[in-house]
Amino acid sequence: MRFKDVFSIIGPPMIGPSSSHTAGAARIGRAARQLFGRLPQRADVIFYGSFAATYEGHGTYAAVVGGLLDMATDDVRLPDSLDIAMQEGMQPEAITGKGLYPHPNTAELHLYENSEDEEPAFTLVGTSIGGGNIEIVSIDGFKVKMTGNYPTLVIQNADAPGMIAIVARLLQHHGINIGTMTVDRKSRSGEAMMVLETDEDFPPTLRGELAAYAEIHTVRFVHIT
Amino acid sequence: MHFRTLRQLSEQAEAAGLSIGRYMLKEQAEETGKSPEEEFQQMAAYYGIMKEAVQRGLTEDTTSRSGLTGQDAKRIMAYREAKDSLLGADASLAMGYALAVSEVNASMGRIIATPTAGSCGIIPGVFLSCQERFGWSDEDMTYGLFAAGAIGYVIANNSFVSGAEGGCQAEVGSAIGMAAGALADVRGAKPTQAIHAVGLALKNSLGLVCDPVGGLVEVPCIVRNGFGAVTALAAADMALAGVRSVIPSDEVVQVMLEVGSAMPDTLRETAGGGLAQTPTGKRIMEDLRRKKK
Repeated sequence: MRFKDVFSIIGPPMIGPSSSHTAGAARIGRAARQLFGRLPQRADVIFYGSFAATYEGHGTYAAVVGGLLDMATDDVRLPDSLDIAMQEGMQPEAITGKGLYPHPNTAELHLYENSEDEEPAFTLVGTSIGGGNIEIVSIDGFKVKMTGNYPTLVIQNADAPGMIAIVARLLQHHGINIGTMTVDRKSRSGEAMMVLETDEDFPPTLRGELAAYAEIHTVRFVHIT
Repeated sequence: MHFRTLRQLSEQAEAAGLSIGRYMLKEQAEETGKSPEEEFQQMAAYYGIMKEAVQRGLTEDTTSRSGLTGQDAKRIMAYREAKDSLLGADASLAMGYALAVSEVNASMGRIIATPTAGSCGIIPGVFLSCQERFGWSDEDMTYGLFAAGAIGYVIANNSFVSGAEGGCQAEVGSAIGMAAGALADVRGAKPTQAIHAVGLALKNSLGLVCDPVGGLVEVPCIVRNGFGAVTALAAADMALAGVRSVIPSDEVVQVMLEVGSAMPDTLRETAGGGLAQTPTGKRIMEDLRRKKK
């Protein structure tokens, strides 16, 4: 089911004017911010489809940038996010994308650690599927599926036997139920990514417990309320 | 959730001896693991935000950033107070309230997406006006929002609720169907009867394209919310009177999916066709671009 509960239909509370082009865009930006874990110095915001055609009128660009500044969909500062980004030291740029895209409302984000870097430190592709709901479909080139509506654990690890079991056992130990899970890898025995949406919040100790395994390279958490 | 279709929703609610709204609250609490009280409180808070939006739309300056829209809710209110409106006092009030909320949205104010921001005026419009008229409590209206959400949940998962995917029928059309079914539910219709209101309403907006002038949620979105509120009242009345949707509501939802999927890109929120590409629509878009530079 693409829409999980009553509040994915009634809601979110938001600053207008468009749920998919403003609220959804803000949530894509916020998912990227939480995954990246800090404010990037530079951000390319690449729009496709209907996003590319109408992003100026709907404030889509300001909304994505607001999300990158960790603003919620009903944050009254959203319309002024471009000015706030300058003040806080982030240079965003809006770009019209070319080529194929997974959904009419697609945004691709390239986040750079430092403004002069040539390669982005983090990339994400998000789609806005209506009513402020989103699906993140790619993280750092890995194919994923996550909504941000649930406490979500994103792990990058070595593609090796037993990795899923290690993570699942740790979650079981904490009484955390896995709702959905996606796994993808760049190549056999290369880098892999697993994304787990769960029903319960994560305890603060979980990051350390996961990072203790040498095969686990990064541990990230997302939950967009 | 234990239901995937409107038929299952209405049959399960009836079997449980509950209204659609009360049944949805139970399902929601089961789905999230939170208490029904907590879920109810969140929805009640959303209703409070809807009331604020109506109030703001009637009292504050709602001129949009583009300057294309604003103050139309106030025009309706002044007109219906000065003259006997053709719609009558009750339907014209619903229409005025719906415009108020949509104008708040277009002027970057706070609203609740129901199911989207482009269609955010319809449910508050009919809910607040009927609440005043029938003396319903906030509790009644909050259950009504759960009913609207239950209907929207089925439509969204079997079809779509975004203009970019399915045109305006998916946004304004879905909101009308949700509002109509929920009104019938609050007014005491049996769930199976209330669900007829959804199919009746949806049939009237099949094929409605999404063609926002300049790509803005202003023209024609705002007036469509006003029309939508009036249509929702009509569809709820038909169902309450015993009119049935001969094509079952679930089949109408499938038609919306089929029609929306067949719509060309130009008519799905890209401002590439329809009203957006009329001579005046193009001129407005040019003016907006120039103003920006």
